[in-house]
Amino acid sequence: MSNGERAGLLLSAGMNSGRRRVVVTGMGIVGPLGLGVENVWSRLIAGESGIGTISQFDASDLPAQVAGEVPNGPREEGKLTLSEWVPTKDQRKMDRFIHMGLVAATEAVEDSGWKPQTEEEKCRTGVMIGSGIGGLQTIYDASITVHEGRAKRLSPFFIPSALINLVSGHVSIKYGFQGPNHSVVTACATGVHAIGDAARLIMFGDADVMVAGGAEATVCPLGIAGFCSARALSTGFNATPQQASRPWDKDRDGFVMGEGSGIVVLEEYEHAKARGAKIYGEVIGYGMSGDAYHITAPSEGHYGAYRAMRSALQSAGLTTADINYVNAHGTSTMADDLELEAVERLFGDDAKKLAMSSTKSATGHLLGAAGAVEAIFSILAIRDNVAPPTLNLDSPSRESVIDRVAHTAQQRPINIALSNSFGFGGTNASLIVRGV
Amino acid sequence: MSEIADKVKKIVVEHLGVEESKVTPEASFIDDLGADSLDTVELVMAFEEAFNVEIPEDAAEKITTVKDAIDYIEKQKAA
Repeated sequence: MSNGERAGLLLSAGMNSGRRRVVVTGMGIVGPLGLGVENVWSRLIAGESGIGTISQFDASDLPAQVAGEVPNGPREEGKLTLSEWVPTKDQRKMDRFIHMGLVAATEAVEDSGWKPQTEEEKCRTGVMIGSGIGGLQTIYDASITVHEGRAKRLSPFFIPSALINLVSGHVSIKYGFQGPNHSVVTACATGVHAIGDAARLIMFGDADVMVAGGAEATVCPLGIAGFCSARALSTGFNATPQQASRPWDKDRDGFVMGEGSGIVVLEEYEHAKARGAKIYGEVIGYGMSGDAYHITAPSEGHYGAYRAMRSALQSAGLTTADINYVNAHGTSTMADDLELEAVERLFGDDAKKLAMSSTKSATGHLLGAAGAVEAIFSILAIRDNVAPPTLNLDSPSRESVIDRVAHTAQQRPINIALSNSFGFGGTNASLIVRGV
Repeated sequence: MSEIADKVKKIVVEHLGVEESKVTPEASFIDDLGADSLDTVELVMAFEEAFNVEIPEDAAEKITTVKDAIDYIEKQKAA
């Protein structure tokens, strides 16, 4: 039996058998590489980096002074002018992570062309946008107000500005989407969990359309200092920011924080076809696991990652032979090699044909938004048959038969891609997408 | 217009993001100027801060128009 026949047989037994199919009909990104999916993607595959010296506050007294910040500027240059997306009078009622989520969700919804008209259509459209941390800067500012003895002066918008599920809330209010309104909080796995869970809501019939993804904005004193204390951030490349995020490289010394949001519009396949929607790809597999090991470190061999990927393959009814590209979690920390080891073990001989890259080398780590941004990159990798590069991979700390796409993007056939995200608390999620 | 009235108007324009011409004395924060209940709480706080007055909750509930706010603050300041 050929691999194709085997995959076909397995496919009929997998996630798609008898279930509603879920496709991606809209996408939005705002992040360190800028605004707009096509702009960000073309910069990514050109090998550009979105990392720089922190500009939102003075970080000179902190060990880590670099981050991936959203560039401000005109939209036609692929940059963000926030007032074009969120009315100025409303901006102060929301933390920056909500701004980010609203920008990317607006892009995605407009890209999808989905405009529910009837009550029924509105009730069949839901939102599931998460965040790893939520309104950290808002909480910091409010704490100072209370500390100064001005508790009675605390803004009535403090709580709704900081709450993680308020991105979903604001998006639903903006568009009148009255279906399931939900939110995911699984640290750096949030984006993948949100898309995977939202896809299942559609498969199970709870909704026909879901706006899903993640948003994060913690390039602030508390965010940077907190991850510095956990010894998680890169500190050795403050003078050369674009070299700081270097997954798998022997000189890597921690992740680089990024901010922004990635949002997709997920839609039941027949629903999308019936309205003639543009279809980017299909969510065909989703797997999850827990390490039950340590609050921040993955276990030896990263068996949690292994099981999440295996479970995603099973839900898709695929084997490792079917996967052409893996978008790695690859944060530029010691854990990179453990993920690599887990992929090698799972893929066996199929590892030799595999391309795997970490786009965090260009964007930094967008925490709760990372998985959603990287799911979009995986879909575009399939659309264009291009594996985006791993920047700064000059000298791997561990050799591998897997092509990690060092420095330059590669044109190669990519039909099916898997994207990994792992979070503090020992939570792991893998998503599998294909073209339609 | 008094100095207090000018300042009240400015705060309303700033917080509710409305055009200055709409902020007439009779304008209701909620019905005419698009405020919600949280906006009005924040507005009252802004008045307290700007004029260095205390506006207790039962008094705040009665401040529903621009004129209500001006009258209350003028009375407090005169006392």
